[in-house]
This record gives sequence, C-alpha cells and structure tokens, in this order.
Amino acid sequence: MDFTININNKSLVASRGETILEVMNRNGIRVPTLCHIKNALPTGACRMCVVEDNKTGKLITSCSFPAEPGMSILTHSPRVVESRKTIIELLLSNHPDDCLYCVRNKNCELQDLSEELHVTERRIRGVKNRANLDLSSASIVRDPEKCILCGRCVYVCEEVMGVACIDFINRGNKSIIGTAFHQGLNTSSCINCGQCVMVCPTGALTEKNHFAQIQEALNNPTKRVVVQYAPSITVSMAEELGIEPGIDINGILNAALRKVGFDHIFDSSFSADLTIMEESAELIHRIQNGGVLPMITSCCPGWVKYAEEFAPEFLPNLSSCKSPQQMMGAIIKSHFATQENLKPEEIFSVSIMPCTAKKFEAQREEMTREGISDVDAVLTTRELTKFLKLFGVDMFNIKPELVDSPLGFRSTAGKLFGASGGVMEAAIRTAYHSITGKEMVEFQVPAIRGFEGRKEIKININGLELGVAVVNGMANAKVLLDEIREGKNDVQFIEIMACPGGCIGGGGQHIGTSDEQLKARMNALYRIDETERIKVSHKNPEIVELYQDFLGKPLGHKSHELLHTHYHEREVVK
Amino acid sequence: MTLVQHVLHKYPAVGRDNLIPILQEIQTAEGYLSKKSILEVGRYLDIPASKIFGVATFYNQFRFEPFGVNHVQVCRGTACHVLGSSTVLQELEKHLKVKAGQTTRDGQFSIEVVACIGACGLAPVICVNGEFHAKVTAQSIKEIVDQYKNRGE
Ligand code: SF4
Ligand code: SF4
Ligand code: SF4
Ligand code: FES
Ligand code: FES
Repeated sequence: MDFTININNKSLVASRGETILEVMNRNGIRVPTLCHIKNALPTGACRMCVVEDNKTGKLITSCSFPAEPGMSILTHSPRVVESRKTIIELLLSNHPDDCLYCVRNKNCELQDLSEELHVTERRIRGVKNRANLDLSSASIVRDPEKCILCGRCVYVCEEVMGVACIDFINRGNKSIIGTAFHQGLNTSSCINCGQCVMVCPTGALTEKNHFAQIQEALNNPTKRVVVQYAPSITVSMAEELGIEPGIDINGILNAALRKVGFDHIFDSSFSADLTIMEESAELIHRIQNGGVLPMITSCCPGWVKYAEEFAPEFLPNLSSCKSPQQMMGAIIKSHFATQENLKPEEIFSVSIMPCTAKKFEAQREEMTREGISDVDAVLTTRELTKFLKLFGVDMFNIKPELVDSPLGFRSTAGKLFGASGGVMEAAIRTAYHSITGKEMVEFQVPAIRGFEGRKEIKININGLELGVAVVNGMANAKVLLDEIREGKNDVQFIEIMACPGGCIGGGGQHIGTSDEQLKARMNALYRIDETERIKVSHKNPEIVELYQDFLGKPLGHKSHELLHTHYHEREVVK
Repeated sequence: MTLVQHVLHKYPAVGRDNLIPILQEIQTAEGYLSKKSILEVGRYLDIPASKIFGVATFYNQFRFEPFGVNHVQVCRGTACHVLGSSTVLQELEKHLKVKAGQTTRDGQFSIEVVACIGACGLAPVICVNGEFHAKVTAQSIKEIVDQYKNRGE
C-alpha cells in the first residue's frame, strides 16, 4: 500500500513497512548513519540518522522509524544538524586522535562525518578511552580505544558468520566490544574471516600486517622472494585504485610486483587448478570406494576453523586437499626450490589474498614442513595497494606483463575460485572428464553462480547423479550442516565459503565495497571464463607438465606428502 | 552432579529467558561466576560465551573471581558517599592493587562495592568478613585491612 509523506517540503511516495531512511535513500537524500546495517533489525543506538518530525518537533531516528501517511520530515534543519554534530563531537571527545598513525586514515567514517558536519574545534573534552590492544590473533588486530560502539561487528559476527565471539561487554561509559572473559581473540572461536573489519567504520578492527617481514626479505640478498596472488585479486583491486569496478588488472599487477622486486610471480589460480585435480580425484575416489560423503571443500580457512570448533563431526567430510595458497606454497618450497637449486629456507614466499583468514592459515602447524612455513607472509588486497605505494609503483603508468612460467599459467576454471560456486563449477568440469573421458558440452553451470546464500542442484554425469550444494556466508552453512545432522542425504559434494559471495567479498578486500561493485567483480570472473580458451583445470598445460615431471598422478605419493592434510577438533572459548 | 548442573536442571534447555536467574543462582551457590560455569551455562542454553559474559558484565551484581580469604565490602550508599567513601574505595584499591569486583593474586583479599548496608550513622562504613568498621578514612582503611592480613596467617 502506497501513500505520501512530506520530506523537506516535498511530497514523496512511501510504502507501508518502509523506514523513513529507505524513503529518503530512494529519493537521493542522504542522511548519515552509523549503527545501521542493511537488512538487519535497526537498533536505533547511535542516533546519527535523526530527522525532525515537523509536526511534533521531535527528533526521531530515521533508520528505525517507519514512514507513516501524512508525516512531515525535515532532514537537515538546524536542530537536526546540531544534534548530529554533537553526537560526533561526543564520539571524538574520548577518541585517541591517532589519525596520522591509523591504518584507516583517509578511509574512516568518523573522519568523514566530522568533516561533513563541519566539526572544526574541540568543544567537548572527555577522558580518552583506555583499553588494551589485542594482538593475539594471527589475522585480526583489535584496538578498542578506536571503537565507537556502533555494534556492526557484533552483528556481522553473529548473524552473518554465525560465530559470535565478540559482544558488548560492561555497561555505560565502561562499555567495550570484547571477547568472553576479555581473553585474546586467538583463544576465542573467531574464524579470522575479517568480515568485522569490513564493516568497522574506524580503525578499531584491522588486519595483522606483515610489511616489515616482507621488506626485510626483499632487502636480504640471500633470500629469493616470490609472490603469488589469489584468483579474485586482479578483479577486485579496481576500487582500491579508484577505477571502474570489475576491471581485470592482471598484467599490470604482474608488472607492479616485478617493480617492487619480487623475483618470481606465481598465480594462485594455477594452484587452484591443482586443487581441482586433487579434489575431483578425491571426490570420485570417495564415491567409488564408499568414502565419507558428502565431501566438503576445504580451501576456505575461515570455514575450516569453523568446522574444527563448531562442527568437528564433519571433519572427516572435509576434503584433505590443502587450499590453493598452501598448495602453491608447498610446490614453491619443494619442486620450484629444487629446480632453482635453492634450499626451502632460502625462499621467502609471499601471498596476496582477499582474505584475513589466509594469514592464520599460513602459520598453521599443518602448513609447515620441518619447521619451515610454506607461505611466509600474507598481504590482503587493501594492504597490497599500500605496499605498492611504499615502493613508489605508479599503477597508471605501467605496461602489462606476463606472469612467470612454469607454475603461473591458469585455466579459467581456477580463476572462478574467486566467486561463490567457482570451486564447485571447476570441480564438476574436471570430474566429468575423469568419469566420462569427455568434456562437458556446456561448461557453465548457471544454477550455482551468483550471490544467493545457498545454491543446490543435481548434476548427472553418465548416469551418476550427484547432488551438489554451494553456500557462502558461514551462517548459511550452519543451516545446511544442521539439515545434514538431521538426516538430509541428497548432497554428495558441498562448497563452503565463509564470506558472503565468496572470496570476491572476502575480509581482506576494499572497505566500503558496494553490492554493485561485488557484482562487477563476479561478472569479471565470468567474463574471463567466457572469453578465454582453456576452461578446465586438466587441460592447463603447466598442470599436465607438473604431474609429468614431479607429482605423478593426483592422490599419488608426492601429492599426499605435499598437497594434502588433516584437521583436528579445536578447543576454544565459544 | 556438579553444582552448576544442579542449577541448570531446574530450567528448560535452550533460550535466553532464564539466563539471569540461572547466573544469580550459580553466583549464590559458588560465590562467583567461574569461566567453567559460564561455559557450561552456554552449552546448556546454546548461547555463545561472549553473549553470557556480555550480559553478566552489564550487571554490577556479578563477579568473576572467587572471594578472597578476607572479603571487604565497601558501602557506596548515599550517606557513605557524602562522607567520602569514594576516596576510601580508591585508597583501598590502590593499597590492595585490585579493583572492586576483583580478588588479589594471593587470594587474601577481595573487594566488593555494596549499596547502603544500614549503618549510615557510622558512615563511611566498610564490612570485612561480616565485621563492621565505622568512620573509615583514607588512612585508617589500610591499617584495617592489614590487621586481617596478619590475622589470616
Ligand atoms: S574475524 Fe570473523 S569470526 Fe572473527 S570476530 Fe571478526 S567477524 Fe567474528
Ligand atoms: S569495533 Fe568497529 S564495528 Fe565494532 S563496534 Fe567498534 S567501531 Fe563499530
Ligand atoms: S571465503 Fe575466501 S575470503 Fe572469505 S574466509 Fe574463506 S577463503 Fe577467506
Ligand atoms: S543509524 Fe539510525 S540510530 Fe544509528
Ligand atoms: S550509606 Fe553506607 S551504610 Fe548507609
């Protein structure tokens, strides 16, 4: 049912159930918000979004107030603006004022709002927040002093990720966001996904930075410094560079990384192809030998940790394949090292990932051999931009270059790993070929593409009916796992990605990514798959070569030693 | 059956409705909310530990450390406040090197802040192990608690 309301003396159409904020946003009126999260129940906590009810003279929170027929609203009356300004001034009154030293400098909602509301002097002086920096996690750094208690991280962690390892602790002016018993994040159930970082308006949540180690290695003449980048990186850097979203900067990235001084550039999409070789072989092996089904992908370290903590009974279902990052790392420090006549410890291996959880994964015990990590340092997409700046790389005046070879060429199947459904699609293509000896007629599987939180279909391979499910957003996975616990048995293969949309929406990506930008990234991956020639992992010539020269065959002895692992139940505070 | 299990079995599993009464009962039975009991409540009600900790820290009534051998209650009622109980508390916290709600490392002393304990005429009042001490000052508070230290040994 539609009706009209009056906003700033203009009559606008609203429908029942819409909030005032929604009506305004539809009509190009922007009102600042802080605690508001799209699609979530409004809490009305921050009062940043207040507008004036012209009839009663009251200030009401537009994010939580439903539009009502006959309403008359002022969005920028002097009272409203003054009230918003006071809120910001109060938030600033106990803030550390560390902007110059803050990772979020120039990309901070608190800064933006104080500029927008023309805060130019310190009118309110408060006692600065005092709280301990939490550096315990391998992925996430928490600085509660910079927290403005908007509550977005708490919401995301509980509702989107189904983890809930952080919450509001204490009350009143002692309130902070913290873990149970004030313990370090590393002992909590945090899965390191970084989705809280993505929604944090300030520098209160950031990633653990590895710049120093990488710089040191680059300056160390006895180290060979190599780098790999994840499938989604080349299509999600555009926002960081301020260019049109969805542009694939592959060649430019290669050139830029060479300028920085990396000795060898690998593409993790190559090792994604390798993962597919191993994983599809494992799936077929499980099906043919009565192995544990459904098999569940294990390339997302957020999901793996979740399983260790919340779903240990599913650990036997996890594919034993390491993730592309770790497969690449293992191949670099074994096969590549031998070829280059290097000892593993002479190589410093960096990876560029859309993901904060990859930092945790890289330092897992399972990912080291004889005390040497397969991957030594991880940069997120965000960090990469800063890292390139540090080395004076001008991304706009640089000629595209090719990735290094061998171990660099990829199929488009490997590239698809960046989006939810991509691992599944790539695996189906190769499994189909292994079972039938033929290629699929139509490679694309549209039913498992896109942003839907859960996608499920049946695939028929030569009479073998395979039920497959693809979920993204940990909370959606939780629902599926619960159904399986209760007896659902029509799926044999499941892809789980912790982050909404898969790694293109990973916790290491550009902060402030819109839905449209996410879509552009996904479409960029699909476009690559459409236009390039080699669409299946098993046809990647460098993969074929790697098996011939080194690995033998999928699930072979060498593979088991280097590319597979097992996970164990993990005791955490939960 | 542990004490906590005993409390839990009186309430239906799963759901937040009974969280506060459960925590209160456990605190009454054990004197404080241990990490172990909070985790156990969480498993029983299917509530994340962070949520329970968040709720419990919201209310002043809950403590997360066991009482010390000597338990010092500092009255923060109006009469005591007017006569300087906040300085007394500050001094006490400094002297014992713990905050209200906490227990010293050696387990000798714990501090608790309480509302009017009905001895306003003697304000500011503190109560150690049930014994009242009247007209406490920032100086005398140290001597008072030190007496107990020696007594305990
Ligand atoms: S990284 Fe993920 S799991 Fe950890 S606190 Fe943030 S949202 Fe929660
Ligand atoms: S840590 Fe960030 S997202 Fe979480 S409440 Fe504080 S400011 Fe908001
Ligand atoms: S979905 Fe991708 S970005 Fe997110 S935690 Fe998993 S691997 Fe990392
Ligand atoms: S955004 Fe509306 S109250 Fe916070
Ligand atoms: S106020 Fe302290 S005893 Fe009444």
